Amino acid sequence: MILIDVLPIALLGALLGLDVVTFPQAMISRPIVAATAAGAFIGHPVAGLTIGGILELMALGMLPFGASKYPEWGSASVVGGALYASQMGDPPGALAVSVLAGLVTAVASGWSMVRLRRLIASRAATERAALDAGSSSAIIGLQLFGLTADFVRGGAVTFIAMLLFRPAVGAVVARWTSDATFSRAVVVTVGAAVAAGAIWKIFHSVPLARLLFLGGLVAGVTLLVMR
Amino acid sequence: MTSASVSNTGAGAATPGRLPFSTWMRIYLRLFAVQGAWNYESLLGNGIAFCMEPALRLLPGGRGGQQYARALARHARYFNAHPYFAGFAVGAFARAELDGVPPDLIERFRTALGGPLGSVGDRLVWASWLPLCSLVALTAFGLDARPLSVVAIFLVLYNFGHLSLRAWGLRVGFEKGLRVADALGNPLLRRGPQYVGAVAAVLAGIAIPLAADRVIGAGRATAAEVTVIAIVGGVLLSRFGERAEGWRLALAILALFVIYSVVG
Repeated sequence: MILIDVLPIALLGALLGLDVVTFPQAMISRPIVAATAAGAFIGHPVAGLTIGGILELMALGMLPFGASKYPEWGSASVVGGALYASQMGDPPGALAVSVLAGLVTAVASGWSMVRLRRLIASRAATERAALDAGSSSAIIGLQLFGLTADFVRGGAVTFIAMLLFRPAVGAVVARWTSDATFSRAVVVTVGAAVAAGAIWKIFHSVPLARLLFLGGLVAGVTLLVMR
Repeated sequence: MTSASVSNTGAGAATPGRLPFSTWMRIYLRLFAVQGAWNYESLLGNGIAFCMEPALRLLPGGRGGQQYARALARHARYFNAHPYFAGFAVGAFARAELDGVPPDLIERFRTALGGPLGSVGDRLVWASWLPLCSLVALTAFGLDARPLSVVAIFLVLYNFGHLSLRAWGLRVGFEKGLRVADALGNPLLRRGPQYVGAVAAVLAGIAIPLAADRVIGAGRATAAEVTVIAIVGGVLLSRFGERAEGWRLALAILALFVIYSVVG
């Protein structure tokens, strides 16, 4: 993959990575949106949606409370979506290894967010006198610095991840030995189990939560059978 | 969106007694970037000052005046809140500053307000509204909706709540001023998470088998097997509680599976 192919994906990763915390937090960074957008960028929105659905299941339990440290799904979903959508003909293993690459990117990107927050804190420390004096230019400048740095961070993470994982995904898929259906089943089972655990953790205090979930499950299975 | 009224007599603004609409809009738009300089030292502090700045221009002396600078400095210090609930704080602080509330009272008010705005917001948005909207989108995905439809359903639904909450928070914050905490007793905020949780529990049951079927695309039997294994896995994960974060386990299992599938 030549650099010029990666740049538009990196730009998308920068924009959607920005949405996670800094601007505008409209959740365009959620996996089901970001991966679909990346897939559409490559020309295969359905592939993007498929991997986005799996990553969304895995992201359900990640609640960005306060100063907690968590994976960054925006740029990561762009990477996962672009990698999977660029595998022509959906070869066996492409979904599994693309999801794995997305997860690894999410962890790395989460780490980069922590570094960025420390960088902003040190910048604020150098501007302390101006901030304490109520300088509007210092306050607005710090805000713009944070926004710009986060944009660059998301773009850099996406760019590096694409450069690393694009050849790696191709190499893994070429040596893949497991059955295609079984491979997809493993990936979606892992995603669904993570989602089920997350839903229980989040909503277990709701009265009758277990019954409501079972009721929904019956409805879901009925819909599946009737199709 | 209407501009909120203000009883401040010292606000030397273009429209006495009212917060001008352009000021209101500037603050509202800035709220979307309230976390732009989020850091481990002052958390949301700089963002709060950034958002309030258009309102503080209405203080006697205007932009660059002594009151303006002191108020900005006061609000650029440490503050924590849920980002969507920051509007409550920004509105209330702006009102307090424009009403000429003494600085030490504003400091105490800031200290008292942060905690509730964080906990109510986390419970309502991160632990209720966002998972619910994700599950609606996953259900649409499982029902074979097209990519654009799934994305549109999620974004329109989620942002209806998001944009409304930010606007309502700013309006109520400015209207109530120092009494803004009363607004947090709103039934929607207190009981909302429970109702949302009930709907989300039902939707989770519907979404999981349907989404599994769509991804696998190999018939109902496989989807049913996947669903059963996933539910068992989910129960185990919830039993391990805090010790096992789902995505970490997913990462480990998938890494092992990829190695097995390449080497095996």
